[in-house]
Amino acid sequence: MLKVNSINCGIVIDHITAGKGMKIFEKLKLADAEFPVVLLINVSSNKRGKKDIIKIENKIDLDLTMLGLIDPTLTINIIENDEIINKMQVSIPEEVQGLFKCKNPRCISNFDEYAVPKFELAHKNGKIRYRCSYCEELTSYSI
Amino acid sequence: MNLKGRHLIDPNDFSLEEFKQVFDLADKMVEYRDAFGSVCKGKILGTLFYEPSTRTRLSFESAMLRLGGTVLGFSDASTSSVSKGESIADTIRVLDTYADIVVMRHPKEGAPMLASEYSRVPVINGGDGGHQHPTQTLTDLLTIRRLKGSLDNLTVAFCGDLKFGRTVHSLVSTLARYNANKFVFISPAELKFPEHLKETLMEKHNIEIYETESLEEVINQVDILYMTRIQRERFFNEADYMRLKDSYILTRTKLVDAKPDMLVMHPLPRVNEIAYDVDDDQRAAYFKQAELGIYARMALMALQLGVDVNVEGK
Repeated sequence: MLKVNSINCGIVIDHITAGKGMKIFEKLKLADAEFPVVLLINVSSNKRGKKDIIKIENKIDLDLTMLGLIDPTLTINIIENDEIINKMQVSIPEEVQGLFKCKNPRCISNFDEYAVPKFELAHKNGKIRYRCSYCEELTSYSI
Repeated sequence: MNLKGRHLIDPNDFSLEEFKQVFDLADKMVEYRDAFGSVCKGKILGTLFYEPSTRTRLSFESAMLRLGGTVLGFSDASTSSVSKGESIADTIRVLDTYADIVVMRHPKEGAPMLASEYSRVPVINGGDGGHQHPTQTLTDLLTIRRLKGSLDNLTVAFCGDLKFGRTVHSLVSTLARYNANKFVFISPAELKFPEHLKETLMEKHNIEIYETESLEEVINQVDILYMTRIQRERFFNEADYMRLKDSYILTRTKLVDAKPDMLVMHPLPRVNEIAYDVDDDQRAAYFKQAELGIYARMALMALQLGVDVNVEGK
């Protein structure tokens, strides 16, 4: 079994759906980090069989909307002095702006780049889709 | 409930009470049109038509002229600075210093909303791609209210191109907000009412929808038959067009089964989807509808401009 030391001070992004760790790693631009970062993939999980984990030995700003959009099941643990001082759940965001584009080829936001639509969550159950504030077309997210 | 300074981009921008305010004023304008002949004196309507439109543009121009105001603008993007690559945001920021109210038609969906985000004067959506056409909706609702006496408890059938027909999308989503209206969608499979709009309506209003490919099947059950044009180029192949085109043409023969007080409506222009022999039928309401469009736009603009509409004695 692979052993990775716990971190003293920083952030642990846990319970990431297996396969999504790399995407989150990329979106948080952790490859450019100057502090220790560990990406673990396919770690065994009692609940889900396997999961991904990211350990960051530093306090960084996290875009919770973006994380919720990629994987609403993940949890965020803030660590100080070897202890979890805050545990956060993310959720599917109700409103998203600037993270993906409207899929409607006739939407003005695909022509005028300063037009950044607000997307409102259209369905909580089943398929997750967002309604564009400009054209009302539904877009399945993919970032 | 004050419409002064408000934009109209989507029919949902106005409450049903605010619609009533527009219709009540439009009713007065129908009755005493000349009395309102100078309420917009000194006001300028800017018409930004990025794609050709004769009817909507002239209806707006006529409405403003009948209120005593004046009109400026362009009716072809190729003759304006837009052809030099000017953005909507820049165009509207200049235009709103020239005009007191602006109507915009644009082929891209959401363009009038984008304009409204940068405009200091009210912006009216005069049709954006296949999306919305709220002043046609005002016209349609005013027509229904005047000729049927109510906007509730109606069975409304929409026939033809329900996929790309923005007038249909706007009217359905607005009628769904009134009480107990039922909808019948008559179209070929290729031109069905968009799923995403249907889902939104079902989610918000829990409305009753029946879909069919046959006009004859349902014509005897409806209070309003809203016809739209089917364009040949919308079909994937010529064979389907030939097979289906006659199914969506209303003739006097088909009207035999319809209720005697049914209304036949159409946003115009028509091509061949309503036979000319229907025009004399008492149920044909489409020319009345076009006429009422002027009054709907007059009332809307007067309220958005906040001019004094308490015309003496009326």
